[in-house]
Amino acid sequence: MKAYLILEDGTVFEGTHIGAEKEVVSEIVFNTSMAGYLEVLTDPSYAGQAVCMTYPLIGNYGICRADMESKKAWPDALIVRELSRTPSNFRSDLSIQEFLEEQGIPGIAGIDTRALTRILREKGTMNGMITTRKQEFAQVEPVLKAYTTGKVVEKVTCDKAYVTKGYDHILPHLDENDPAAKPGIVKELNGAGLKVALMDFGAKNNIIRSLALRGCEVTVYPALTSAEEILSSHPDGIMLSNGPGDPKECTSVIEEIKKLYASDVPIFAICLGHQLMALATGADTYKMKYGHRGGNHPVKDLSTGRVYISSQNHGYVVDTDKLDPKIATPAFINVNDQTNEGLTYTGKKIFTVQFHPEACPGPQDTGFLFDRFIRMMKEGEE
Amino acid sequence: MPKNPNVKKVLVIGSGPIVIGQAAEFDYAGTQACRSLKEEGVEVVLVNSNPATIMTDKDIADEVYIEPLTAAVLEKIIEKEKPDSLLPNMGGQAGLNLGMELAESGFLASHNVTLLGTTAETIRKAEDRLEFKETMEKIGEPCAASLVVENIPDGVAFAAQIGYPVVLRPAYTLGGSGGGIAHNQAQLEEILANGLRLSRVGQVLVERCIAGWKEIEYEVIRDAAGNCITVCNMENLDPVGVHTGDSIVVAPSQTLGDKEYQMLRSSALNIINELKITGGCNVQFALHPTSFEYCVIEVNPRVSRSSALASKATGYPIAKVAAKIALGYTLDEIKNAITGKTYASFEPTLDYCVVKIPRLPFDKFITAKRTLTTQMKATGEVMSICSNFEGGLMKAIRSLEQHVDCLRSYDFTALDKEELLERLQIIDDQRIWVIAEAIRKGISQEQIHEITKVDLWFIDKIAILTEMEHRLETEELTEDLLREAKRLEFPDTVIARLSGKKEEDIKALRDTYGLHAAFKMVDTCAAEFEASTPYYYSVYDGENEATETRPEKKVLVLGSGPIRIGQGVEFDYCSVHATWAFSRAGYETIIINNNPETVSTDFDIADKLYFEPLTPEDVENVVRIEKPDGAVVQFGGQTAIKLTESLMKMGVPILGTKAEDVDAAEDRELFDKILEENHIPRAAGGTVYTAEEAKEVANRLGYPVLVRPSYVLGGQGMQIALSDQEIEEFMAVINRYAQDHPILVDKYLMGKELEVDAVCDGTDILIPGIMEHIERTGVHSGDSISVYPAPTVSEKVKATIADYSYKLAKALHVVGLINIQFIAVGEEVYIIEVNPRSSRTVPYISKVTGIPIVDLATQVIIGKTIRELGYEPGLQKESKYMAIKMPVFSFEKIRGAEISLGPEMKSTGECLGIAQDFKEALYKAFLGAGVRLPKYKQIIITVKDADKGEAIEIGRRFEALGYTIYATRSTAKALQDAGVKARKVNKISQESPTVMDLILGHKIDLVIDTPTQGRDKSRDGFLIRRTAIETGVNCITAMDTARALVTSLENAEREEELTPVNIAEI
Repeated sequence: MKAYLILEDGTVFEGTHIGAEKEVVSEIVFNTSMAGYLEVLTDPSYAGQAVCMTYPLIGNYGICRADMESKKAWPDALIVRELSRTPSNFRSDLSIQEFLEEQGIPGIAGIDTRALTRILREKGTMNGMITTRKQEFAQVEPVLKAYTTGKVVEKVTCDKAYVTKGYDHILPHLDENDPAAKPGIVKELNGAGLKVALMDFGAKNNIIRSLALRGCEVTVYPALTSAEEILSSHPDGIMLSNGPGDPKECTSVIEEIKKLYASDVPIFAICLGHQLMALATGADTYKMKYGHRGGNHPVKDLSTGRVYISSQNHGYVVDTDKLDPKIATPAFINVNDQTNEGLTYTGKKIFTVQFHPEACPGPQDTGFLFDRFIRMMKEGEE
Repeated sequence: MPKNPNVKKVLVIGSGPIVIGQAAEFDYAGTQACRSLKEEGVEVVLVNSNPATIMTDKDIADEVYIEPLTAAVLEKIIEKEKPDSLLPNMGGQAGLNLGMELAESGFLASHNVTLLGTTAETIRKAEDRLEFKETMEKIGEPCAASLVVENIPDGVAFAAQIGYPVVLRPAYTLGGSGGGIAHNQAQLEEILANGLRLSRVGQVLVERCIAGWKEIEYEVIRDAAGNCITVCNMENLDPVGVHTGDSIVVAPSQTLGDKEYQMLRSSALNIINELKITGGCNVQFALHPTSFEYCVIEVNPRVSRSSALASKATGYPIAKVAAKIALGYTLDEIKNAITGKTYASFEPTLDYCVVKIPRLPFDKFITAKRTLTTQMKATGEVMSICSNFEGGLMKAIRSLEQHVDCLRSYDFTALDKEELLERLQIIDDQRIWVIAEAIRKGISQEQIHEITKVDLWFIDKIAILTEMEHRLETEELTEDLLREAKRLEFPDTVIARLSGKKEEDIKALRDTYGLHAAFKMVDTCAAEFEASTPYYYSVYDGENEATETRPEKKVLVLGSGPIRIGQGVEFDYCSVHATWAFSRAGYETIIINNNPETVSTDFDIADKLYFEPLTPEDVENVVRIEKPDGAVVQFGGQTAIKLTESLMKMGVPILGTKAEDVDAAEDRELFDKILEENHIPRAAGGTVYTAEEAKEVANRLGYPVLVRPSYVLGGQGMQIALSDQEIEEFMAVINRYAQDHPILVDKYLMGKELEVDAVCDGTDILIPGIMEHIERTGVHSGDSISVYPAPTVSEKVKATIADYSYKLAKALHVVGLINIQFIAVGEEVYIIEVNPRSSRTVPYISKVTGIPIVDLATQVIIGKTIRELGYEPGLQKESKYMAIKMPVFSFEKIRGAEISLGPEMKSTGECLGIAQDFKEALYKAFLGAGVRLPKYKQIIITVKDADKGEAIEIGRRFEALGYTIYATRSTAKALQDAGVKARKVNKISQESPTVMDLILGHKIDLVIDTPTQGRDKSRDGFLIRRTAIETGVNCITAMDTARALVTSLENAEREEELTPVNIAEI
């Protein structure tokens, strides 16, 4: 069946329909990771967006459910050049076609994804419609223009708080050959006994897993949980997760974060969590032209000069021009465009990063930040 | 970290002559590194024995030494040039070993030379098997379990411990001979016994067998601050068991999920950090296909063939960045030259699929085993880029120039299911064609996977291609079908063949549907950032990004495709220099080529690079967009010449010598007429198509005769025939492929072979010099030792050659380059052949005479005259230096290849000996080629009857040098009768000890074995030669070569006294 991608600027791509039979309007973004399409599809940060994968061959290794980063797929649609008809990997549970249908995600294949990427690069992220009906642009245009992702965090967060035990809990679920199960990878369970409260704005599983693998007990809280409730459980540290949408939409969450900031509990925040902490402390954020989505972004640690390759997925960024150095100073910057990639909070046990140290998909080079967080929590004990 | 201010003058070591496993990729890396260093204001001293390279040009380095790559020679150069640093990791294993040798001997330290980039300790950790294993264990990176054993019981015990099958690798046998896979104890004992006997040190490595696992590579780069990135990863279609150089390789990996991808990536970074490598590094992994288990196969702490491939596949210039890192820069300080916006500290991401296929030399060595093993056999490779894997594979196949254009090109239709199942067991260069036929015959993909271990994903892609073949054969050729076939990169010729139409009809249909190739950019970043470097590949399913520019003048330079025997890196040298010359003359330059190992496909050589197959259709796609004002074909070897006619049909003017004049040189009748008019003699001969006609001509001329196809390079298919029977045999070989042109049969003349390369502007001719071959006629010019200036011919002969060259160039209206080969019999000069184009010797003669031939030829093509360029026409004054070009072979790598020299070229590379006198030059040339005598002062002579007389003279001279001579019966008798003390040894069929035992005893320096004229029918001679080669014994098959060697040895006492010659000063 034919399908069309109609962009806000009037461009129409004709391709083949894939996945669920559904017409969607969404914000169109591109991701440059060459592997990890399942992790992308199940990353809640993509809620409210339709993702175009720039790598042309998608679905090659099928779907391994164990690699899902949340319980379901979140993007409104998937845009690809070609879907593999034969998934080939020993862990594959089903094909990507089957998965898209199961998850109710529509999509379009067989379009020139590079041409689409070039449009988004030149004109910036824009809205689009994926449909199997041929339509007049004039009719579609108002619908496209009207679309916003809205208060999407509320859609992706968990319903109620739950607890994940540490490494011992994770281990039985690991494949015996899984690198995480390899002796030597988790050398010491440095975080054993530490309790972490994770604010779920759309958290990826690997944040929980990264903490659990280090021995921490993680309690996951819904996004709208009050600061009082979290602090009353006396966590050793608080993590603010990644998540979708415009951080400024999260007005009530920001209010709660102000209170968390005021507490002395060590805080580590990733992506949306990083932006929310910045907003809570008086800084500003703005929407980038087309964002950073991929697994090849270089970030520089300003304190050491070291550069790490990071996994990224964000369309908004903290405006460092409006940063009060008495509150926070830049800790990481993006080597490509010099945008902010992390902050250290002055006089506080708080550090936040824009990129994804939990990877999945993407490089694991900055996983050590979880160890830094654990050290920070332990300092508190001493 | 900014640049290290102490680095002012750097010595860069090249990789030496091109051999299998160490080829043009090091010219590419070295050239890029030198340019990168010069960009930083660093003075570069370059040493490489290979004259065919671009890096040995004076525009690339400041001081250039084309000298043997030995420690003694390098020490001399360091003493003379006094560099402050040495960059060892650009010259392959050869360069790295030399750098290590100089570091470990303390020479570098005592001369205040710093080893740049990676330290000696790092190199040792990566290269020493034991240290490497220990290092990997320390950081928890798994290697395949292995043990070095010196006896059978130890081997049996270890195998029992790790489990069968096990791989056995004898130490220090070249070409991996004597090794193998043992599936049980009986096999182990047999292979081990043989391996221990063949190994010079009596050691065999017993290793856990990981054949059949996925083979994955990562290219990693790290700076001194510890920042590291992976440039790209690659997956081999051929599982572990086939050398990655002989495997079909795809980038990025296709069948790895993010978990596996990141697991191996993290491991690669872990390894490079532990080894503290600064610069580029290649890490090879074996990944279990059904678990997360993996093994580190090996680490190359330097640029490599794979890093060249990764650079071309991603656009990330590894060698350039590695050179900057060596100077002290960190990755975030080095600009990404492709985008001009981002920095070297990011990881390229691809939005296309890259396929590499090796170019194997089995068309040259038809007796050789085609089986692929862990010993690399490929001489070169092709790469293609497409938006889908199927298209990439189809493009790469037709780039090979081996008479293949689709998955039907090797015909296995005669095999039934059972036979195919058998055939699938064989791992050779035709495996994907066998898989395709197996799919057509209905064998299940799972069963094919079971046998071959090739991942199902790849097998299914082959199935998609066979399905398309079937649809084209059976369905009506609708627009949709044609569109899909083109998306999968079926060329029009194949579509026409399958659908029963004509190629023109397909093209007309495409025009009707507006179905044309579009070009996409390789930009390192999947379009995330705007790129400023136009590096393109074609697709049929997208918008076109290549915009037609309208400069004042625009020229298309056609490259020479994959490196193969007979068409090597020399032609890339010519293409690159022509491109630069056009550029200097104000032209916009466009290169089309498909060889990832070369300088010509570097992103900043031409204004635009199209990475495409060199077929008429693919070239036309580029021409359609670019509309060049003209094309040059005379620099790209036979690959480019073959495209002449098609280019003219496309309306692209051929710059330089006209196509009809090229034809006149190849067309027997036209050429004979020219010779007659100019009173130039040649050997009598005729043109034929069939064996019957050939025999008739041969009998009329009288045997021996020379038989060869026309329009070929490297003497492919050329043979000396002694009888009707041999004619039949050779004609059958030549006619394996339908010949578009007639076959030439000439009277064989015996004399001195001479050669010139010249530039002609239509009026005047410039002859830089005359080269003389040491081997008499009958040995291909590419395999002969060639001497400039010609040492043994008279002034009269030289004058005649200059005169004939002038007349021929005029008569053929040559504008640009011409290469002419002559035979001098006494004072008589005959013509052998004329090639109105660049040749293998152009770089060599350019460098030794200091005359930039390609640059001059290009300017002449543009319209300048030789006089305008400041040169006096005619034969130039001879240089005060003697320069001797020595061929280098890779016989030990090709099991079963006949090594005796003949009219068909067999050498893979060459080196140069340059000195003020003949003997020193000759000694340097042999030394550069790796002929290092003596070790034991023992040689074996076994020659055919006709050579016995010369054998006496040569034997006597070896005897005088203190050598012990062994000889087989009749040779021994001839030597003894003449008073040369020769010890008789038994033939192979006789009782032990035989000549074979002697060779295997590892006490012999040299075997001189001349086969009977024509094809050597005796298995004895063949076995002796193969055994010698495979056990590392020098083997010479022509008396002239033997004489040259003994001359050189008579002069050998003074390696320490050799004088390095700075080419830049010539």
